[in-house]
Amino acid sequence: METNRYILSILVDNEPGVLSRISGLFSGRGFNIDSLSVAKTADPHVSVVTMVTFCDAHVIEQIKKQLHKLINVITVNDLTQKAYVERELALVKVHAKTDKRAEIMRIVDIFRSRIVDVGSSHFIVEVSGDSGKLNAFVELMKPMGIIEIASTGTIALGRETGK
Amino acid sequence: MKLTGAQILIKMIKAQGVNTIFGYPGGATIDIHDEILKHDDLRHVLVRHEQGAVHMADAYARVRQTTGVALVTSGPGATNAVTGLASAHCDSIPIVVFTGQVPTGLIGNDAFQEVDIVGITRPCTKHNYLVKDPSKLAEIIQEAFFIAGSGRPGPVLVDLPKDIVQAMIDFQMPGPVKMHTYKPNYKPNKKQMTRAVKLIKAARRPVMFAGGGVILSGASKEFTRIAKLTNIPVTASLMGLGAFPGSDPNWLGMLGMHGTYRANMSIGHSDLIFAAGVRFDDRVTGNLEKFAPDAKVIQIDIDPTSIHKNVEVDCPIVGDCKMALADIAALMEKEARENLMTDRDAWLNRINEWKQLTPLKYEQSFDTIKPQYVVKKLHDITQGKAIVTTEVGQNQMWTAQYYHFEAPNHFITSGGLGVMGFGLPAAIGAKAAAPDKTVVCVAGDGSIQMNSQELMTAVAERLDVKIVILNNRYLGMVRQWQELFYDKVYADTNMEAQPDFVKLADAYGAKGFRCDDPAKVTETLETGLNTPGTVIMEFIVEREESVYPMVPAGGAITDMLLV
Repeated sequence: METNRYILSILVDNEPGVLSRISGLFSGRGFNIDSLSVAKTADPHVSVVTMVTFCDAHVIEQIKKQLHKLINVITVNDLTQKAYVERELALVKVHAKTDKRAEIMRIVDIFRSRIVDVGSSHFIVEVSGDSGKLNAFVELMKPMGIIEIASTGTIALGRETGK
Repeated sequence: MKLTGAQILIKMIKAQGVNTIFGYPGGATIDIHDEILKHDDLRHVLVRHEQGAVHMADAYARVRQTTGVALVTSGPGATNAVTGLASAHCDSIPIVVFTGQVPTGLIGNDAFQEVDIVGITRPCTKHNYLVKDPSKLAEIIQEAFFIAGSGRPGPVLVDLPKDIVQAMIDFQMPGPVKMHTYKPNYKPNKKQMTRAVKLIKAARRPVMFAGGGVILSGASKEFTRIAKLTNIPVTASLMGLGAFPGSDPNWLGMLGMHGTYRANMSIGHSDLIFAAGVRFDDRVTGNLEKFAPDAKVIQIDIDPTSIHKNVEVDCPIVGDCKMALADIAALMEKEARENLMTDRDAWLNRINEWKQLTPLKYEQSFDTIKPQYVVKKLHDITQGKAIVTTEVGQNQMWTAQYYHFEAPNHFITSGGLGVMGFGLPAAIGAKAAAPDKTVVCVAGDGSIQMNSQELMTAVAERLDVKIVILNNRYLGMVRQWQELFYDKVYADTNMEAQPDFVKLADAYGAKGFRCDDPAKVTETLETGLNTPGTVIMEFIVEREESVYPMVPAGGAITDMLLV
């Protein structure tokens, strides 16, 4: 079967141990996690886990059902089944020698990203977008010499009014 | 009202209708045992190893159709309970296991007898809790029982730090459980059930297939009713034995790796499998690609993850087996009888041919006892009415094949996990649940040694169990695989070094009988079953007898080794 990219938005009880229940389910059953992000929601008792996974249609069905079976999971929403917005935020620390500064700033501009820290020989660039955009940005920065990268992993919301 | 944590615990356990706790004390749980002692209406069965306590609670839950309770201490007490939890998890048995824990202030400190049991048991429980806030204790205990017994049942662990157990807490009986994240769906979908009836009416070669879910939901009556209405032959998984009467002419026997030839052939050639409470385990399906190629599948299960997991399902029905089967039976009763069993004769005749051609068989000689013969005689003498527990391996398969269970909750076995050492403690738990019943453990000489210390529990607690040891001085099932697939190299399966089981019985204050003469099997069984107290009946059996028929691992279930 064909492998696809799925984004799951999972609402869970904001309790200790819940994340390890989810990650344990994935490792125990041999499911893959491409990225994972956990954050608070407007309700302090509820957290949202956004998870990206690559698998086939049969496996994603099991993943969704198995997640739903966990006692602390409230809802499992497969955003890739509908219209959604996804974003990932990365901080990229890149060598910025005098002769390269202008070019980096041009690329930063094209990507609508921002330089958030300037040193004598480096920039830190904040860039956000879907993973395709981030990958493209990173590719362009590679020749400049990337020092390190930190990124959030994908977060996403469905486009409709409800949850 | 102010109560200690221990008092609240016992109060909440009793409120669940539990009358027996299987346990073993330790430093972290003394307060709880001290409290139990004050309750005459609550029995504590003192085991000899924590694993035994959990298996006992498991069997108690099955026989009494309620939730079983075990209580163990922190650290090693808790880790010893893990196998029991994992077994109950695989077989979906409702139990709640309470573990002691070091005081909350010491957690994470590598304190004496501290272990992260919630972390360890996360994948082998339905849910688990560490109680950190004394004011939540009552609510958590109530939730634990609710989760264990509802939906697809399973084990729940509650970890109790010593300071929580000792704390003085304002107690109020919590109201009914309300969980916003956990609401099992019992009610099956009407449309799907109507579709199922249509599929059944259209089928020419249907088979009904019962699993443990039929027994867990108490749906044997409804299941049997549909089989009668439609005249459809019936098979079952290991966990489903007893869901349909073993003496019924439409009973095919067990399905799967050691199923009967006719059950496997019927499923393999069927055009419709009507499955209830099963999960199409690999021991049942064999090679999935070759599993029932022409069959449409109707599957009822309370757990959506069991559907479409291994086998593609044409008509999934998510819901309680009992409710779904009752509704389907009601829909069928509106139909004309002949529409429900069109052209059944050709199919039943074909099945009958398979049965005549290759029945379950063994040959009892004059000089050596065949293990199958012992199980058959046990069945005859107890008229198929005993509660029978098994260990795991050949003893388990022969019991499944030759003890034709008539009613549910009479066959107690560790199905999914396959725990050697399950049978004896399970028999003790079953006896505690049904003191008036004859309870027999069918064991092998290997597996009985895994928890033989529980003989002391049986004797001390006067929970009389009858143990049949089929002694071939091998780990027989592994030896059988070695014979068939490993060039008869019997690596580490020889069990000739073993205790004298008659003396072992004697050492524990039980009675022991040994029999090596086929002519005396009946006599030994009768004597043993009629002797008061806990009894070991040891049968010296054919050393290299194998369980047949057999589907080699990875083979199609219709591709069986017959002898």
